[in-house]
Amino acid sequence: MKLETLFLFLIALSIISYYIAMRRAIMSVDSQQSISKLHSMPTYHGYYAVICSFVPPMIIIFLWLVFEQRVISTLLISNFSNIKVLSQGEINLFLTNVQNTLYSNLFSQDGTRFQSEIQQATIILKSYQSISRIILSVFAIAVSIIGIITVHRKINQNYRARNKFENAVSKLLMTSSLVAIFTTIGIVLSVLFESFRFFNEVSFWDFIFGTEWSPQTALRDDQVGSSGSFGILPLFVGTILITIIAMLVAGPIGLMTAIYLGQYASPRFRNIAKPLLEVLAGIPTVVYGFFAALTLAPFLRTWGESVGLNVASESALAAGMVMGIMIIPLISSLSDDAINAVPIAMSEGALGLGSTESEVIKKVVLPAALPGIVGGFLLAISRAIGETMIVVMAAGLSANLTVNPLEAVTTVTVQIVTLLVGDQEFDSAKTLAAFALGLVLFIVTLGLNVFGLYIVRKYREQYE
Amino acid sequence: MTARDNIEDIETIGNPNVENPFISAKNVNVHYGDNHAIKDVSLQIAKNQVIALIGPSGCGKSTFIRCINRMNDTIDIAKITGKISLDGEDIYSKELDPVILRARVGMVFQKPNPFPKSIYDNVAYGPKIHGLAKDRNELDEIVANSLQKAGLYEEVSDRLDESGLSLSGGQQQRLCIARTIAVNPEVILMDEPCSALDPIATARIENLIDELSEKFSIVIVTHSMQQAARVSQRVAYFHLGRLVEVDDTEKVFTNPSHILTQDYITGRIG
Amino acid sequence: MSKKNLSLSTQQKVRKSLSSRYKKETLFQYFGLSSLSVGIIFLVIFFYSVLSQGFSAFTQTYISLKVDFSDNLVVKNNKIDSIDSNFDAIIRSALRERFPEVNNRRDRRELYKLISIGAVYQLIDHLDMSPGDVGSREILSFPTSSDVDMYVKGNIDRKLDESKRTISNNQMMWIDELVEKGEIKMKFNSALFSNGDSREPELAGIYSALKGSFLMLFITLIVSFPVGIAAAIYLEEFAPKNKISDLIEVNINNLAAVPSIVFGLLGLAVFINWFGIPRSSPLVGGLVLSLLTLPVIIISSRAAITAIPPSIKEAALGVGASHMQVVAHHILPLAFPGMLTGAIIGMSRALGESAPLLMIGMVAFIVDIPSVITDPSSALPVQIYLWADSPERAFAERTSAAIIILLGFLLTMNLLAIYLRKKFERKW
Repeated sequence: MKLETLFLFLIALSIISYYIAMRRAIMSVDSQQSISKLHSMPTYHGYYAVICSFVPPMIIIFLWLVFEQRVISTLLISNFSNIKVLSQGEINLFLTNVQNTLYSNLFSQDGTRFQSEIQQATIILKSYQSISRIILSVFAIAVSIIGIITVHRKINQNYRARNKFENAVSKLLMTSSLVAIFTTIGIVLSVLFESFRFFNEVSFWDFIFGTEWSPQTALRDDQVGSSGSFGILPLFVGTILITIIAMLVAGPIGLMTAIYLGQYASPRFRNIAKPLLEVLAGIPTVVYGFFAALTLAPFLRTWGESVGLNVASESALAAGMVMGIMIIPLISSLSDDAINAVPIAMSEGALGLGSTESEVIKKVVLPAALPGIVGGFLLAISRAIGETMIVVMAAGLSANLTVNPLEAVTTVTVQIVTLLVGDQEFDSAKTLAAFALGLVLFIVTLGLNVFGLYIVRKYREQYE
Repeated sequence: MTARDNIEDIETIGNPNVENPFISAKNVNVHYGDNHAIKDVSLQIAKNQVIALIGPSGCGKSTFIRCINRMNDTIDIAKITGKISLDGEDIYSKELDPVILRARVGMVFQKPNPFPKSIYDNVAYGPKIHGLAKDRNELDEIVANSLQKAGLYEEVSDRLDESGLSLSGGQQQRLCIARTIAVNPEVILMDEPCSALDPIATARIENLIDELSEKFSIVIVTHSMQQAARVSQRVAYFHLGRLVEVDDTEKVFTNPSHILTQDYITGRIG
Repeated sequence: MSKKNLSLSTQQKVRKSLSSRYKKETLFQYFGLSSLSVGIIFLVIFFYSVLSQGFSAFTQTYISLKVDFSDNLVVKNNKIDSIDSNFDAIIRSALRERFPEVNNRRDRRELYKLISIGAVYQLIDHLDMSPGDVGSREILSFPTSSDVDMYVKGNIDRKLDESKRTISNNQMMWIDELVEKGEIKMKFNSALFSNGDSREPELAGIYSALKGSFLMLFITLIVSFPVGIAAAIYLEEFAPKNKISDLIEVNINNLAAVPSIVFGLLGLAVFINWFGIPRSSPLVGGLVLSLLTLPVIIISSRAAITAIPPSIKEAALGVGASHMQVVAHHILPLAFPGMLTGAIIGMSRALGESAPLLMIGMVAFIVDIPSVITDPSSALPVQIYLWADSPERAFAERTSAAIIILLGFLLTMNLLAIYLRKKFERKW
């Protein structure tokens, strides 16, 4: 049975169970009596029956799908004694080949090893999959029917179907709120797990303090330069360089924009300018990247030539400037929040002493709002560090250890993309390195976010 | 003077007990976190009677009536001890479903709070969720009846599908009363029902309370002593979470026994 | 006396410094205004450059040719056999007929290059539609190759040295002649909207990417919208105020700020390698985008719930509604417009997202149009990324066009959200 059919069948079952339970509830009171004698309205008996007949099989299907792939692969491999003994990476390659053959009917390119095994395995895999689906279908439908029968038996005048139903729903709601937690756990586990495997191959200290990044490991061991080096320092420097450029652009501009819009601009002007800034926030990053790579970078290059500077065509400057523009709305709105939280009485006090407006802002409002602004800046920095598309398109690939903004540098995110895009076997040090970089990125941005959010919250509480 | 200062030692004076109590509260204490809002209150309420709870703001009278239909359950930090029974049944027992309790003990709130739905749906909501009407005709009847009892029917009969929010403040409050009596409760709690209304609307609601008292037990919290005097048979005076004095309305207003009650009635505490 | 002196001198002191203070004030204001202008000027430059580069991609150059359907066609069982028929030859002979003076091999090869290789498919389609044309002569217009297209649109400098141009002197001469005779026309570039990706710019379209994006958004919507609403309701209405709820709260706020590329790593490790969902499929893309959008939807849904006055909730509880009934009958309907607005904004962000999609293989070269959620597909922003990398001038034009289309969708979604917000705005 296909999954879609199984779903439809289960839905049909639960609709039937709804009507059965409702009828049974109505029958349980003497038909002459009002149904208000029932503890719960008949519809609630129906709803509860739906939950009992639908949710347990759905849980089973979900768990089944989570583990199905793994179990089937293990079973499949155990059929081939010559494959079983291979390394994990080779087994995975074999499995990928089998799946490609099965799904796309496109037989893998010539020269692949184990041609006949792949053909054989494809057939076995197909049969395993259909067996698995049959067992799952029978199991799920059986559970559903058991659910219906159990509820049906319990229904009587005093059965608290509404309470039971509401309890079940609130559990479902709670599960939904846990999805966010599971996402975080999933991120941490998946990144950590692959990173550990990476650190089995590459020393942790070489990774953190190495000054050379060239992940191109050779295909065969006897080739020259087979080792590849994974020193993250150049990536770090590149990331920080671009982030600094971005913050130099976005910091003052965003802050001054917030001040101008909040303190000086007329309401009419503000009503036009603010949405325009929001447009800036809504432009997809890939579009910013396009602009940086194809408009700003060539412009900077020709400009550099005219004044005798050698600007790389993928300079840190172009990427950083465009990233800065992208961050302006974020900084401006966070600064605006921070400034608005300063009590009016404070600035009125300064105005009362005869300060000009700019003096009030510079001497009173900004110092008072400083913690909030700093918190906002931290969030913006985290955003800049994690930004991917702009740097992928406009910054370079080569890991130069330099702080010259006119040269090409590369960043952590660029390298993650480069390492993972294209056909890779999943177990090479190269792909695993991407996860190690992801781990570093996650930790750094998480730290900045937690700290930034904490400062912003503390600051707001102070004036509340 | 000592009675004024030693509020902690107050024993309720007057007649907190009645012959056939319908609601009976015994040694009720309510804590909101560290705040001890109701202190050891015991009070009985008879059937088909209007009892007014009076006292300065923050004295716990609203908190007390919110105990009677367990509205305090919605506040996480509220902790209630003691015993309240309705018709002999402990309302805080584990077996009792607060939903059923609230269908028996209706409540009208300080600010009129109609649902942002039609007038009809406002009144029909309670009967619908409790399955009180077999069909649409019966539901129509309940709605019309309730609106009539609330004295609103003539004014709105031709626009039942307009939003409840389109009515005036006084009409909204009568709509809320109609909504409450549509469920056919045994007790109606009213938490300062006229505080947001003008004098004319207030007078209409007071007349309504008089009529309703023939069928329901009514507990009304009010700031206005005149209102308490006009609508109630018994009066309970609360002070800083304690029930100071409870007695027949006439007795309390003409001859209060406790010095605090005296102070309040003569306007020395406000 | 001395007191008067002192007060006078204070005033004088203030007066003295006042002009420089006001100068600083004006300077400060100008600084603010120019900061604001940076953003707005960028916006103007950006839109100008994208629109000016992109608009020409919505038209395509066509050459009218008289084709002869009497030769080179093989008819079997009353149908044209597309394997044995030589459609290429039909077009070539039509070109030779138009320019009979071209007769050496090299020149002829250049001549053939005027027409797009996609013209063959157009011919096949034409014959499918009107099989009666077999044996007759018809005037049809064919899309030119992208180089010709660029030349006609004025994007190739004719003064450049021949070796530096993608188009030869001969070709230029022929095109000029065709233009003069009115045999070159600009038509709406329908290929852009109906084709998948291609190596040939004039055949490349966004349709497969667009469809991939919509399949993904569909999955994102059906996964993250219900889950987000349910989570928001739980956190606002049912969650006990304890450490675990605080943790969930902090977690959601932080999740909203995690770089999107990290979600891509999660998708790769969990959805593809663990669950075995096919790479590059809208299913896996949609799931990743769901997780990415979820915090946005939860946060905005919670805001929508808190905006409802508690008196409504009390009223319903007062007539004996259970907490769940209060939520289902009152809170959810009243908060729904706000939740929907948040969802649309989340969706528009998901539509523009590309970094996590690169991680899960959606960066592949996809020609076919995906029909189900497990087919390999691309996404509109990823298509922009791919085209932006292509060196051909014609792809730059199409990249801008794709950006215009993407921005058009985003604008529509955001306007819809604003409209909903305005329409359902309620004053309590």
